[in-house]
Amino acid sequence: MSIKAVNLGHTYHPGTPLETCALKNISFEFDRGTWFSVAGHTGSGKSTLAQHLNGLLLPMEGQVWVDGMEVKEKSRSLQEIRRKVGLVFQYPEQQLFAETVYDEIAFAPRNWGVPENEIPQRVNLAMEQAGLEKNCLKRSPFNLSGGEKRKAAIASVLSSVPDYLVLDEPTAGLDSYSRKELTSLLVRLRSEGMGILLVTHDLDIALQFSDSILVLQGGTQVVWKKPQAVLEHLQANPVPGLKLPDIAQLSAALREKGKNVPLTWQWKCLKTALFGEK
Amino acid sequence: MKFFNHLTFGQYVPSESLVHSLDPRCKIISVLVLLTGIFVVKHPAVFALWGVLLGCITAAARLPFRLVLRSAKPVLILVLFTASIHIFFTEGDPLLQVGFIQITRQGLIMAAYMGLRLLFLVLFASFLTLTTRPMELADGLERLFSPFVRFGFPAHELAMMMTIALRFIPTLLDETDRIMRAQLARGASFDRGGLWKRLKAFLPVLIPLFVIVFQRAEDLAVAMEARCYRGGAGRTRMYPLCWEKKDTVALGAVLTLVVLLVISDRRLFF
Repeated sequence: MSIKAVNLGHTYHPGTPLETCALKNISFEFDRGTWFSVAGHTGSGKSTLAQHLNGLLLPMEGQVWVDGMEVKEKSRSLQEIRRKVGLVFQYPEQQLFAETVYDEIAFAPRNWGVPENEIPQRVNLAMEQAGLEKNCLKRSPFNLSGGEKRKAAIASVLSSVPDYLVLDEPTAGLDSYSRKELTSLLVRLRSEGMGILLVTHDLDIALQFSDSILVLQGGTQVVWKKPQAVLEHLQANPVPGLKLPDIAQLSAALREKGKNVPLTWQWKCLKTALFGEK
Repeated sequence: MKFFNHLTFGQYVPSESLVHSLDPRCKIISVLVLLTGIFVVKHPAVFALWGVLLGCITAAARLPFRLVLRSAKPVLILVLFTASIHIFFTEGDPLLQVGFIQITRQGLIMAAYMGLRLLFLVLFASFLTLTTRPMELADGLERLFSPFVRFGFPAHELAMMMTIALRFIPTLLDETDRIMRAQLARGASFDRGGLWKRLKAFLPVLIPLFVIVFQRAEDLAVAMEARCYRGGAGRTRMYPLCWEKKDTVALGAVLTLVVLLVISDRRLFF
């Protein structure tokens, strides 16, 4: 049970003067219950990549497989793939439209044809998962606070009960508290067996939580490895626009000065190496 | 699956040609003169000359002829509709009669005239948008209307509204595209069911779009006020319009041509 891309490529506006190659030769695979991050600078093709995973964009080259079903045009399984792979766009609160938060969260399951008597249960579960207060249900989504809107939008995707959750820069514009809440939600979902794909330019979050990271630059694949290996690679071959976390920079600088410390992004690890267990 | 891939709005085509470099005021007046001319002439030979003139301007603007013709595509239906109305509803000498429908000689001639007139109208007018940046066009209109400001005509405000509207068309198309994708990802479908179902399926797109539009309008208003925008009075320009000799010559040439065409048309016709 995994999402797999094989030599995936995508070109916008082919055959016109606006032709741009957004993705080229991308290959990766990640399982349910793991956290996979796609890191890259603006314009590196990471949003384009995210939209391929549930068939909003169709591969022009190569293939994408979701649990053994190929994502391709007019495929019968396309609807099924969209249900399996929940996609949370950047600034998802901009897609809110319903009269009440309840209707907003019920939108997706109703579209998938879930019987009406099962919907309240779905909505409650999604709200709980997203950490949204129960008293929001009857309110208009437009009257929620910024953080609540984001949670409502994420709940409206979770109500499809997806097997994978793809999030495009979900922490953009959130304060550090909401950011922590969101990452702990994602950690919880992963432990419940959901596959998490996080698109981000923030290496800090990617390194901290991922099981594996794919780094993109200008639509091409720089590296796809475990976090420690990615950090080592990026330290040796910096990618413009991708800033290493402060701790990682510090540990790299210390190593350069001849200190015997590991290259790491974790403060705990660096502290232990410098000052011992205490 | 980009939904608005094929729409070309405000299709300015950049180029270094003479026509592009003319003052927008010169181009606006010239087009008005040309359009008046088109509606005055009646002789087939003169219509052919309009075609020649169209070709000349296209060449001077260094535009591919196909591109110019394509800009008339959206109004083709209107042209055909007008022509067919004239074919079927003009009284005169009947050429063909099927039941109560009759086609007359005068009807055919009128249909050809009106169709061609509309077509030329659109083609000549499209030169304006093809060769002038929207901002320049708004600037030119503002300057042309400025004599009427003393009678309370809001020239600057109209130009500003036009500029803003043109500026935000591509942005809003992008937003629409993005919202449609977001709703598709939540299982919405826009291409299934009957007409009513499809219309209803667009609500989840239209509502967020309206919210965004009002939000943007408010943001823009605040941003403009924060930079002390207070309408047209005393406002200077980064690129002031400047009427040059070539504008005078071009406008003169267009005027002379149109007057000549109209006179020759009268001579031929009467």
